[in-house]
Amino acid sequence: MTGWEHFHTPLTIEDALQTLMTSPDSAVIAGGTDLLLDLDQGRHSRVKSLIDISRIEALHEFTISEDFVVVGSAIPLSRLLNNPLAQKHAPALVEACKLIGGPQVRNVATLGGNVAHALPAGDGTIALLAHDAEVHLVSQDSERWLALADLFTGPGEVSFDRQRTLISALRFKRREALEGSAFRRVMRPQGVAIAIMNMGVWLRCDQQGKIVDARISIGPGGPTPFFASGGSSALIGHIPDKIVLDQVALAILEEAQFRTSRHRSTKAYREHLVSSLLEETVTVAHKRASHYEMV
Amino acid sequence: MLNCRVNGQIVEVEIRPDEMLSDVLRNRLGLTGTKVGCGEAECGSCTVLVDGEPIVSCIYPAARAQDREVLTIEGLAQDETLHPLQHAFVETGAVQCGFCIPGQIMTAYALLQKNPNPEESEIKAALKDTLCRCAGYPAIIHAVNSASARMQGQEPPAIMIPRSGPESKTVGSLHPRPDSIAKVTGQAKFTDDYHFPEMLVGKVFRAGVPHAVLEALDISKALDQPGVVEILTAADIPGENLHGLVYRDWPVLVGVGDRVRYVGDAIAIIAAENEEAASRAMAAIRPTFRELPIVADPVYARSPEAEQVHEQGNLLKHIKVRKGDMEVGWEQAETTLEATYHTPATEHAFMEPECSIALPSEDGRMEILVGSQIPYADREQVARTLDLPQEQVRIRGTLIGGGFGGKEDIAGQIHAALLAQATGRPVKILFDRHESLLVHPKRHGTQIQVKLGAKRDGTLVVAESELYGDTGAYASLGDKVMTRATTHSAGPYNVEHVQADCYAMYTNNPPAGAFRGFGVTQSCFAVESCMDDLAQALAIDPITFRRMNALKVGHTTNTGQILKESVGLLECLDKVESVMRVRVGDRDPFTAYAPEGKPGIRRAWGIAAAYKNTGLGGGAPDKASAEVELYSDGTIEVRSASADMGQGLVTVLQMIAAEELGASLEQVRVLLSDTDLTPDGGPTTASRQTFVTGNAARNASIVLREAVRSSLSEKLDVPPDEITFHEGLAQVNGQRVSLGEAANLMKSEGREPRAIYEYWAPETQPLGTGGDMHFAYSFAVQAAEVQVDLATGEVEVLEVIAANDVGKAINPLGLQGQVEGGVMMGLGNALTEIFITEDGMVFTDRLARYRMPSITHTPRITSLVVEDPAAEGPYGAKGVGEISSIPTTPAITNAIKNACGVRVRRLPVDQDSLAQAIAVGAQTCE
Repeated sequence: MTGWEHFHTPLTIEDALQTLMTSPDSAVIAGGTDLLLDLDQGRHSRVKSLIDISRIEALHEFTISEDFVVVGSAIPLSRLLNNPLAQKHAPALVEACKLIGGPQVRNVATLGGNVAHALPAGDGTIALLAHDAEVHLVSQDSERWLALADLFTGPGEVSFDRQRTLISALRFKRREALEGSAFRRVMRPQGVAIAIMNMGVWLRCDQQGKIVDARISIGPGGPTPFFASGGSSALIGHIPDKIVLDQVALAILEEAQFRTSRHRSTKAYREHLVSSLLEETVTVAHKRASHYEMV
Repeated sequence: MLNCRVNGQIVEVEIRPDEMLSDVLRNRLGLTGTKVGCGEAECGSCTVLVDGEPIVSCIYPAARAQDREVLTIEGLAQDETLHPLQHAFVETGAVQCGFCIPGQIMTAYALLQKNPNPEESEIKAALKDTLCRCAGYPAIIHAVNSASARMQGQEPPAIMIPRSGPESKTVGSLHPRPDSIAKVTGQAKFTDDYHFPEMLVGKVFRAGVPHAVLEALDISKALDQPGVVEILTAADIPGENLHGLVYRDWPVLVGVGDRVRYVGDAIAIIAAENEEAASRAMAAIRPTFRELPIVADPVYARSPEAEQVHEQGNLLKHIKVRKGDMEVGWEQAETTLEATYHTPATEHAFMEPECSIALPSEDGRMEILVGSQIPYADREQVARTLDLPQEQVRIRGTLIGGGFGGKEDIAGQIHAALLAQATGRPVKILFDRHESLLVHPKRHGTQIQVKLGAKRDGTLVVAESELYGDTGAYASLGDKVMTRATTHSAGPYNVEHVQADCYAMYTNNPPAGAFRGFGVTQSCFAVESCMDDLAQALAIDPITFRRMNALKVGHTTNTGQILKESVGLLECLDKVESVMRVRVGDRDPFTAYAPEGKPGIRRAWGIAAAYKNTGLGGGAPDKASAEVELYSDGTIEVRSASADMGQGLVTVLQMIAAEELGASLEQVRVLLSDTDLTPDGGPTTASRQTFVTGNAARNASIVLREAVRSSLSEKLDVPPDEITFHEGLAQVNGQRVSLGEAANLMKSEGREPRAIYEYWAPETQPLGTGGDMHFAYSFAVQAAEVQVDLATGEVEVLEVIAANDVGKAINPLGLQGQVEGGVMMGLGNALTEIFITEDGMVFTDRLARYRMPSITHTPRITSLVVEDPAAEGPYGAKGVGEISSIPTTPAITNAIKNACGVRVRRLPVDQDSLAQAIAVGAQTCE
């Protein structure tokens, strides 16, 4: 019994923004699989209006330009992960989306919603961070692309004004030769249904398999989705082996803020997991990168 | 206004903007086949298809369905013809309690639409979040495969289910539940599926604090809310304000000046015209509490400084088992071992949350619809509080969406009845999942210390244990549960010297009561862990060690009972071992190995044994009545107030009556749990119904058969023993008389064609007096193969081989469901399940915080049936409901020990501490 008084179903972005601006105590809903539960269980303040953006066709577009893959924010995860182009260009993202919820939830949940929820360990978000994604923010008087990393200001908090602005799309660079990505996570079989730790890795290597560019993202490694810049740098210039990965893990332990979360994980376990998660994820990403040729 | 198509029909219906699709389907369109199990997108019971895609309708705003096509379970069958999936779910025994089945079928339907020939891994991926607590996952996988084959014109895979030994006509044959077709089509009605004119919404205002004195209560603002019809407090109760199954210590409503003992204590009850009004009233009630120090664990509860939760103190009961002479025992012991184990409270998480509907009648009677495990106890408790004679209360059992022991105590029955009595209108109280988690009794959290001693040759000579059980705020069945934990705490072994002391303690946690396994689940984990460690210390193979010490006929149990028959433990051990040996070939099953290409993984098997009483025992009179009636149309009705919560009692009773009357199963229907129409079958607990009510139904059938025989013998002038009964006919000398004609004949003679039989199980003796504490025991052995990820501590169960000595498999399809479901529940108990409280506050207050096994956890399960008959049991049968679940947990933790060298002493297995123990080379994980 969540008790909103209006459920708007705008068909255009303009209409959605207009409704958002003129409806006090309103919230944007895409899939709603997080938001509706947050409302019902009192984690989100009560709203008078919900603005459902899932019927806006522009938000369902999946396009590839010369540089970017652009994913409409309201595409259901199930559609995204079955999209061959998404599978080709962003294996980490597809792997992450497969792990979100069950099939019924993925049929309505969206990538835009995952990002907007701004949790430090959102699977889609962590994968996008490894892909150096950007977020398209639209409001009535402006629109802009913002680096995903700059979107988050705290757990559940974002840098844009939720009463004026929508996330309309996400984009990341299309995959080039010798690039690859992977996503892995460790769950706890008891208690809270949130990952203990997840990791996204994106790599580019040279013909010999040496890594020339790398990005590692980890959740939860701090109050916001965590990009491991030190760990990423430590990979560059190497063919990943045990010694290199040990150094990367050390760099990550230095920069990340792992902590104990009640009934979910101890700090020590998270620190312990970094190595094995890293080995698994980097190995897969590296294999993908070194085998990937431009078509 | 919502316009859409539902099951092909155009629908135009007025909705509120905040209504979910599940509410609209159920409440506005009357399509109650769609079930709501959690309301938080966790369980998948409410799955329907929108534009061909499965979604969870409990968090799908109905407004979203505008212009879309919705398909529910009611839309699947075409003109009375079941969809192949529905047919397959019936045929393979995938339907048990049935509550989750519409969601399972809709999710599977969506899968087959896209992928007509799925791999097992794809079935598991699709059904990953559609939970079944009866855990018929292997049968569900089989059903989806069968349907897939049928839809492509192929032969479905054969059903591999062990049959019963010597087959009779009906008993022991494979037969689906009589209610399964209603359950796969969405027609089956659980309590919340009933609606009555003028019905009010009932809500319970609960304390929300674990320990306090209620100093004041202001309901005036709540009463002023529009739509609120009545609010009752303790002062309004006409009769007694205490209920409880064994001890009446649980207030129906905590009164001003009285003590709150847990967060779920009821303070006031509200009847309102609708949900919104009831919610507004809930928000406007103002209690004033004087908070008291909290008693949060049972060991602390026994310390002198602990606040006393009840006037008589915190000790509910000190339970003692004494056998032999401990001094002699310890002197004889050459190898000894001692360890302390902890098990958490766990949650039944039956998929159907509690619901009661009270219907007042004009003549002052009160009728209550409820899915209850003990209808006659409900009647007695409701009558006492309403101050009515028991006959003025009628409990009408509805279908039960899972129970597992969690629907024995009162939930909303009394509250609904009080509100109905006060308002004169029907009142429904439906718990949401949150309330269900907070309120009903859990499995006891325990601390169990075990000391074992053996001679060097492997003879177990002495066992000592000390148990603490957290029975929470109220006794519920805590006394009985912890008694069972204590009497079974030395395992199914022949031990000469035994001492066990158990302290069942009151605390400020939610009450603990009956839960499948009934205390034995906890003590079996402790003793079977110790048995493996002791075998290792003695350098004896764990199977050999168990075989050497296993209980046999002629042995004396720890409570002084000489076992005279039906001890199938050795056969269970043999059967499990032989299958396990086939799996491992030359390898030692208990030695770890790394599978090829996975150096960070270790695999090994583990084994455990258990026994469990059938029936109440301990001197409690254990009886059940059943009535069997023959109708003019040749049909037969079996009646008993016994519950089928999915375990298959309806099939068992149907089969027994058909067997004894020589009728076909189609001729027999079963009516359960109506205190006006069915005689008392006693509580559905302690794995007792097949034995006790089974015997009552069998004897009633025999009495009826003999009455028919005597009528026919006079009429046809033949000796009675020349009349035989088969194919639904009485047959003599080539003459055939249908059972319907026989019924008419009896009526014309002024005889009623029905018989009632009250069956009394063999007398038992109280604990401490020696003699037979129970009239039968079931035995089981399970072996589990696990793999442990040495780096992450993640554990996966790959296979479980389970042998259960059930005396006689009356209903093999139901038995298979009980075994597979029992194994899955045991697996959850080992790896996933923990009901967390923090200083009396409930952390596990949503299903998202309680993980139970899903289809993805399902290992290969092999069920082996052992039939060592119990002379007194119907056809030799004894209980199965609990034993199938008990040894799973220690089999898994023993396998973990064998795989990675770490002994887990605290449940559930915590991968966090397991990984860290492996990393530092520790031997135990506390």
